[in-house]
Amino acid sequence: MTVELRSCDQPWTRPIPVAGEFWAAAAEGRLLIQHCPACGHRQFYPRAWCTACGAEPAWEEVSGRGTVHTFTVIRQQGAKPFRDEIPYVVAIVELEEGPRMMANITGCPVEDVSIGMAVRAYVVEAEPGVGVPFWEPAPPASTS
Amino acid sequence: MGRPLPGAPLHPWARSHGVGSGPVPIHSKDNPGRTPVIVGIGQSDYPKAPHLDGIGHHVQSAQRALADSGVAKADIDGYATVGMGNDDGAVNMAEYLGINHRYIDGTMTGGSSFEFHVQHASEAIRAGLCDTVLITYGSDFLSRMGRTLGTGGFARAGQHVGGAAQWEAPYGNTLVGAYAMAAKRHMHEYGTTPEHLAEIAVGVREYAGLNPDAMYRDPITVEDVINSRMVADPLHKLDCCVVSDGGGALILTTAERARDLRQPPVYVLGSAGGETHWNISQMPDFTSTAAARCGPEALARAGVTTDDVDTIQFYDSFTITVLLLLEGLGFCKKGEGGPFVAEGHLRRGGDLPLNTDGGGLSSCHSGMRGIFLLIEATKQLRHQAGEAQVPDCEIAVACGSGGWLSAIGTVVLGRSHP
Repeated sequence: MTVELRSCDQPWTRPIPVAGEFWAAAAEGRLLIQHCPACGHRQFYPRAWCTACGAEPAWEEVSGRGTVHTFTVIRQQGAKPFRDEIPYVVAIVELEEGPRMMANITGCPVEDVSIGMAVRAYVVEAEPGVGVPFWEPAPPASTS
Repeated sequence: MGRPLPGAPLHPWARSHGVGSGPVPIHSKDNPGRTPVIVGIGQSDYPKAPHLDGIGHHVQSAQRALADSGVAKADIDGYATVGMGNDDGAVNMAEYLGINHRYIDGTMTGGSSFEFHVQHASEAIRAGLCDTVLITYGSDFLSRMGRTLGTGGFARAGQHVGGAAQWEAPYGNTLVGAYAMAAKRHMHEYGTTPEHLAEIAVGVREYAGLNPDAMYRDPITVEDVINSRMVADPLHKLDCCVVSDGGGALILTTAERARDLRQPPVYVLGSAGGETHWNISQMPDFTSTAAARCGPEALARAGVTTDDVDTIQFYDSFTITVLLLLEGLGFCKKGEGGPFVAEGHLRRGGDLPLNTDGGGLSSCHSGMRGIFLLIEATKQLRHQAGEAQVPDCEIAVACGSGGWLSAIGTVVLGRSHP
């Protein structure tokens, strides 16, 4: 996964324990979820404990590939900066590794997005050391 | 204050403090006098009330519930509310209203909070923790913030966010967008159509036409809904609730005390609640809610089945919300909500009339609508719903959805106690 620098002023996280590691890793082009060494459960978003068994989970770097589980096209939005970007796609991406995360699907017309379509992650560096994943259509398998 | 029941021994603490009914048997079949009932309802001015602030809505609703019930303010010894901000939380409101409570509940599950409050208050009354509980809600949302709630009204550019919000804030989702993603998935898995969802809005609008206070009263058609502006695919403007001002109040007490009050009591027959997630990105199954568990639980506690229910007052923040609650409670099979709705069951004259006050879709939604479900169900069971009265109404179900299809509370109410 490559890191691109794009200008933006969306609301970003304030790096904090546990979550901070995710954003820092993303700034380096690594997408992390958590994997529980005790019970094997995988989860996102990252937490201080495994939601299945309560043990302390470990980080796991994932492929950055997934599919669109569901989505919407936002056509009315009053808040900056998003109101200047409508229409845009908000989606739930299901990672190849299982967990899901919220996403924007960019790089294609909103009409082209469908449930089940393959997508891949890229990262926007929001500020130094804070990377935010976004998603775009995955290239056909033969060229990936 | 509390009166000990004959034969119920007072706890030593209660005896020494001169308060409380003391421990009593939990099961009201052993102690029918303590069966929890709704005896008072009140609604503040809506849908637009610029003369009231949020607390003003709490107060006016409570005054109207006191007048409705005949309960003396001094007899209230339990209180529940959910605040929209810092000044109207449970402890601040109890102070403002001057309620010297023995039982307090500030449970916050979003719009379904009041279904949880009734569940908790009922068991507190049954157990003798208190005798008379006031529940209030007030919001000046429309007058204070306009119609921005569903479409980004809370987001600010360039802010830092923490907690679970950080996993969603960068992506510009809206409240409408969250429900839209559930609707999209339901359509994908089950073939539900925009026309199915529109039918829900059309039926609720018909009832709004009977409510002189409703925000929108002119009849609409399925075509009107489909042709209204798309807000977040696949939800159109008319799939979305209104944004209004409004408040409500409920007074619950024991069946024994209700005998001396003004209104016929409405029995809390059964209740249950649950949560599958809070933030929409954590929703485990976008076509199913906690209603799938707490709905059947509440019906079972009440000793009734879906066939016994005469009217449903369901949270209609969006048309899809109603569809998912219907399936969750078992009024139809999972995935069959669309065709079920299209058969007209929920319409005026159908066998399961929905939101007979005009609902959040057409009448009143000031942010957390759950209390209005209970108020309208109570009116129906008292047979005081006027033109919107469901004939021979004996059993009503109020089902609230809070957050983003997150926390569901179900309350089964009855005109009589089995």
